[in-house]
Amino acid sequence: MMIEVRELTKKFGSFIALDHLNMTIDEGVVFGFVGANGAGKSTTFSILATLLSPTSGDAFINGKSVVKEPGEVRKQIGYVPDFFGVYDQLKADEYLDFYGACYGLSEKERKVLIPQLLELVNLSDKRYEYVDLLSRGMKQRLCLARSLIHDPKVLILDEPASGLDPRARVEMRDIIKQLKSMGKTILISSHILPELAEMCDEIGVIDQGKLIAHGNVSEIQAQLQGDKHITIKVINEIDKTVAFLEEDPFVSSIEVLDGNEKVTFIFKGSPEDQVKLLRRAMEAGLPIYAMMEEEKDLEDVFMAITKGADAK
Amino acid sequence: MKESLFNPVLMKELKLRFRSFKSFSGLMFYLSVLVIFVSGFLLVFTQFSGSGFFKPSDSFAMFSVLSFLQMGLVMFITPGLTAGSISSEREKQTLNILLTTTQTSSQIIIGKLLSSVVFLILMLVAGLPLYSIVFLFGGVSPGQFITTFIFYLVTLIAIGSIGIMFSTITKRTIVSMIATYGAMIFLGGITAFFFFVGFSLEQMSMNQSTANLTPFSPFTYFWASINPGALMLTLLFPDMQEALAEIVGISLPIWIVYLIFYILVTVFCLTIAIRKLRANMKSNR
Repeated sequence: MMIEVRELTKKFGSFIALDHLNMTIDEGVVFGFVGANGAGKSTTFSILATLLSPTSGDAFINGKSVVKEPGEVRKQIGYVPDFFGVYDQLKADEYLDFYGACYGLSEKERKVLIPQLLELVNLSDKRYEYVDLLSRGMKQRLCLARSLIHDPKVLILDEPASGLDPRARVEMRDIIKQLKSMGKTILISSHILPELAEMCDEIGVIDQGKLIAHGNVSEIQAQLQGDKHITIKVINEIDKTVAFLEEDPFVSSIEVLDGNEKVTFIFKGSPEDQVKLLRRAMEAGLPIYAMMEEEKDLEDVFMAITKGADAK
Repeated sequence: MKESLFNPVLMKELKLRFRSFKSFSGLMFYLSVLVIFVSGFLLVFTQFSGSGFFKPSDSFAMFSVLSFLQMGLVMFITPGLTAGSISSEREKQTLNILLTTTQTSSQIIIGKLLSSVVFLILMLVAGLPLYSIVFLFGGVSPGQFITTFIFYLVTLIAIGSIGIMFSTITKRTIVSMIATYGAMIFLGGITAFFFFVGFSLEQMSMNQSTANLTPFSPFTYFWASINPGALMLTLLFPDMQEALAEIVGISLPIWIVYLIFYILVTVFCLTIAIRKLRANMKSNR
């Protein structure tokens, strides 16, 4: 595995920002980190980026401990923080050259790498522009190029698309997809959940410093499968349908909508139980002509999971 | 070898500094002050002295006042150059990115300090043509001149280290500036005040005593020996060193204590800055 977080805890005074966080991320995986503001995402990222020491626990990047070997960890990671500034009066290529030198790359290596990186982030035409004059989206892409200058195995991107216009977001997403195809392990946080669902292989949901869900998008959605919202459409025999549904142990919250044509209900059973329900409805001669399951996107999953965690 | 000696932070700082209008305006201000002073001095001594000549003793007087003025300017400008070096990176949100690179805390702090020191040396060198007027008229030995410049260097490195330390341990540049200028006021003014208090107490006790006591006042000596003004006085006028030795009862030249004290201050401040740069990490590596 490329990233391992083991019992990671961070306290700020009496406030617990991270509470025995455990997770593992395999090499080449794009991992989306989802959570409300203050849930602990940026704290986790800061610890992984060696900017913050954990109160207890440890994290390992490619086997190197962030607590014991921060210098080694820095060679393995490229970090893009949620908020960052740039140096006035440095041109784009000088900006990358400075960070390349900071990572110990020789002048020869930097001269070869800088045009390639600018090409990767579509900023070749801005090579000799002053960094502080670039748009926010361009700065974000330049910062991403900066994080790649030493060819790190892991990229830690904290809200890389925040504050960007739709076009800049799409460009950023395309670059991340390209990096994924290059085999980078990418840890990314975002508030734009549908985008995460599209880009990420796995999702981790963090709430109040605890990882409350972890898996691929469909696995997390499956966690809600026991609480499916189903709608059926029937011709005329609405009362008989309602009576039939009321007898089923997995059905609850039945509602009749749209002038006695549509019935919605919550089904808590498995997919097999759902098949049985449909078969019995057919045998009972109910005139059902449509059955729909309400699609749940990542936002619904996030809301449901974090709501559940709050209730606890 | 070239790559191993290369400090990217230093190179970046120099590049940014020499692209900034502020640096050139600072240099212009510094040279303007020196030019106004030298012109005024020459005017006063040639036009209003009656003789119309500029004697070697006048040249030495000009060198002395110029040396004090330059020491004052070094003490005034150095905090402005160093007290924001780390805190401004923090304010501009560039520090975190720098801290995730493989640069060590020592490399970052030394790079920041050296960039300020190099700029201040440039200022001192830029003022050399004005100093050369002194040599034109004679009265000053090259040894005296070199010694004065060595002590400028020691002082500016120490003050620069104080500025960088405050810049690292405080979050805001303005607070760091105030703290560093506060330290300058202490070194330049408060130490002189303490020296005069100690000197007065020593005189009073000597006057009240009927016995023929040998004076011994290490604290008074210490306050004098860490004061840049007192150091310049003893460097320019060796008689002052003898007078001080009679007052405090210690004949050790104060430049020795000055050198040791300011080297210790430099080491202490840089150590604190290096340790506190990655304050949120248990390790400074």
